[in-house]
Amino acid sequence: MTQGFDTPKNHFQLFGLTQSFQLDNAQLELAFRALQAQVHPDKSAHLPDTEQRIAMQRSTLVNEAYQTLRSPIRRARYMLSLQGVDTQEETNTAMPLDFLMAQMEWREAVADAQQARDAEAIGQLEARMKDETGKLEAMLAIKIDSEHDYAVAAGLVRKLRFMEKLAEEIDSAYDELDS
Amino acid sequence: MPTLRFNMALLQISEPGLSTAPHQHRLAVGIDLGTTNSLVATVRNGISVVLNDEHGRAMLPSVVRYAADGHVAVGESAQAAQSDDPVNTIVSAKRFMGRGLADIGDTSRLPYRFVQVAASGEVGQGGMVQLRTVAGAKSPVEVSAEILKVLRARAEAALGGELVGAVITVPAYFDDAQRQATKDAAKLAGLNVLRLLNEPTAAAIAYGLDNASEGVYAVYDLGGGTFDISVLRLSRGVFEVLSANGDSALGGDDFDQRIHCWLLEKNQLSALSPQDTRLLLTLARAAKEQLTEHEEARITAVLSSGELIDNVLTQDEFESLSKNLIQRTLQPLRRALRDAKLSVADVKGVVMVGGATRMPQVQHAVGEFFGQTPLTNLDPDKVVALGAAIQANLLAGNRSSDEWLLLDVIPLSLGLETMGGLVEKIIPRNSTIPTARAQEFTTYKDGQTAMSLHVVQGERELVSDCRSLAKFELRGIPAMVAGAARIRVTFQVDADGLLNVAAREMGSGVEAAIVVKPSYGLSDAEITRMLQDSTQYAQDDMQARALREHQVEANQLLEAVGHALEQDGMLLEAGQRERIETQMKVLRDVLPLTNQRELKRAISALNETTVSFAQARMDKSVSLALSGKNISDLEVK
Repeated sequence: MTQGFDTPKNHFQLFGLTQSFQLDNAQLELAFRALQAQVHPDKSAHLPDTEQRIAMQRSTLVNEAYQTLRSPIRRARYMLSLQGVDTQEETNTAMPLDFLMAQMEWREAVADAQQARDAEAIGQLEARMKDETGKLEAMLAIKIDSEHDYAVAAGLVRKLRFMEKLAEEIDSAYDELDS
Repeated sequence: MPTLRFNMALLQISEPGLSTAPHQHRLAVGIDLGTTNSLVATVRNGISVVLNDEHGRAMLPSVVRYAADGHVAVGESAQAAQSDDPVNTIVSAKRFMGRGLADIGDTSRLPYRFVQVAASGEVGQGGMVQLRTVAGAKSPVEVSAEILKVLRARAEAALGGELVGAVITVPAYFDDAQRQATKDAAKLAGLNVLRLLNEPTAAAIAYGLDNASEGVYAVYDLGGGTFDISVLRLSRGVFEVLSANGDSALGGDDFDQRIHCWLLEKNQLSALSPQDTRLLLTLARAAKEQLTEHEEARITAVLSSGELIDNVLTQDEFESLSKNLIQRTLQPLRRALRDAKLSVADVKGVVMVGGATRMPQVQHAVGEFFGQTPLTNLDPDKVVALGAAIQANLLAGNRSSDEWLLLDVIPLSLGLETMGGLVEKIIPRNSTIPTARAQEFTTYKDGQTAMSLHVVQGERELVSDCRSLAKFELRGIPAMVAGAARIRVTFQVDADGLLNVAAREMGSGVEAAIVVKPSYGLSDAEITRMLQDSTQYAQDDMQARALREHQVEANQLLEAVGHALEQDGMLLEAGQRERIETQMKVLRDVLPLTNQRELKRAISALNETTVSFAQARMDKSVSLALSGKNISDLEVK
């Protein structure tokens, strides 16, 4: 029996893309839409239950694959897992001291800006955070695509996870300003 | 004299909407089940039109009046009685859908007798609120079902046949309990729900297809009792919702309340009778509507005490009274844009939906926020129903010259309670649906054989600040040391935005999966009870209806499978065709009989036999879409 694509080997192949951290977002988007146009449950709402159920499962999977590839950190994590490399984000806490110090300073700055209800300061922190994230992502592209240095790449993913948490804090600081 | 079989065949093709012939137009409608007014629309000759009642009225006031003799009045006649009989005349029932008493807040301003009921499967409080009327306690689901029944009858009379299904719209910011309640109401009204569709998305379809728009649009939808903001990207036939936000307890009604409070204050009134409360609320609404076109509105009334009310409200005064209500809509706007990672400058157009957006101060504030004049060229009262009808037509399988794809999102994060009353988010807000996510948990005590799971929805970190959707217990975990069990909890959100949760212990191979029913929802037994209570559905009718529905389903299935065999027979594996054809024959044989259970069994047997064939067919179409990429090759195991 055909198992369908319940557990696809490779999200890149699903969208007809080359397996690479550097990604043509426009191409990903086009492939995603073309796939959803085939498998979305709206296309089989008038068909028997079996087909509706399969459509829901496949559409779910296409969404999941798209979300994974679209986000740089998730894409990196996914590519490393394909290589059998665990990013150890929960267990490996041995981060460089200067990185941790910088993170502490960031967070304090965000907390201070939130306390002072200083939207401009939050905006500046956000821009710096995005800049820093961009640099980490550029390094990831080199480590994964050219040098195949997955151990170093895993370390970069751990750093990106810190940046992601920082982004969440900036987001809630904005929310706080709104209320 | 024709044979019985011949009669059956004739019957099948002569019933519009039930036939599965490919060229036959299937009758499907879009229903806007609004807080204040409800509408039904359909696509006729390729054009979406709102269906009027026999007096030419499009809008059905969402008002239901229960009489002691069991008579139920819906719409205008119920509305006319609301000041005389406020306790038994339910308005704005949508605000109570999937809500407990604690959610409703100050009940003293509402003329109802609320009943708090236990959550399904629990004792105590925490279930959906009910309203005590002369005809007994009524759930908001039952009240909504009365409105839907009237719209269904209106549509079937206008279209001359039974509906194959309906798209029912819900506020984008409705949570799981509110969505489930809406779906239950439709079920109770005998409607087959093709999809629950978010109101702003429905408006975007009506608007976008009408104007062939491209780019990022914001839909600002202020209805009678709910507020939604959705940010969508429209391009080449794809409506992609990027983010949704809102407030499911903020709407035009609140503006009436502000005027009502102003009247109380001006006249030093307190503790009014239900009749007086309803009277003043009705007058407040009339004043609000008048202020859309006029500088001032005069409010006069004689209360039951004989006291005379005579006040003049100016537009300026109304604006300052309602200022913070409008402010409350701006915060979700900012959040929605931030979630979509966009700024105001990226928004090409702002579509206004909902009668409350007629208020000049609302249009002004939205225009100022986005730095552009909002679009109001489609009737804000009708645009949701029109869009829902277009989607219903597509979902029913009617061919249309346009083909489009709708990608919507879930508005609020879904999670589980973890230690210390904290929420672990499983599916983040604004995830494109359908979506699924699994998370593994473990036991924290040696020999622990059961685990409680508490499903919540919301953005806050504390469980107590989120909405509790369901609690259930996973039992039969094999005794192990603490931390050894691997309990995988899977959340699946379907295209209606409805959640299913299943839990399973992985490590030992022991499986225990549970599908939960939200605590604010209704159990199947409750729905059956309500169906039986309803005078329109005597027991026999129900059985006849169920049998007919199964017959229709069987015919559709046979036709679909037959068509598939014809088209893609080459995809079948050896022996598969024979197995499918055998099950088809079984189904054909039981079809003319009136044994509902046999019929149901034959339907699911055929369904099961065709699973792998259906998968193969979908793989084929998907591989075509990807120019030669074969998805079957991607299998890992």
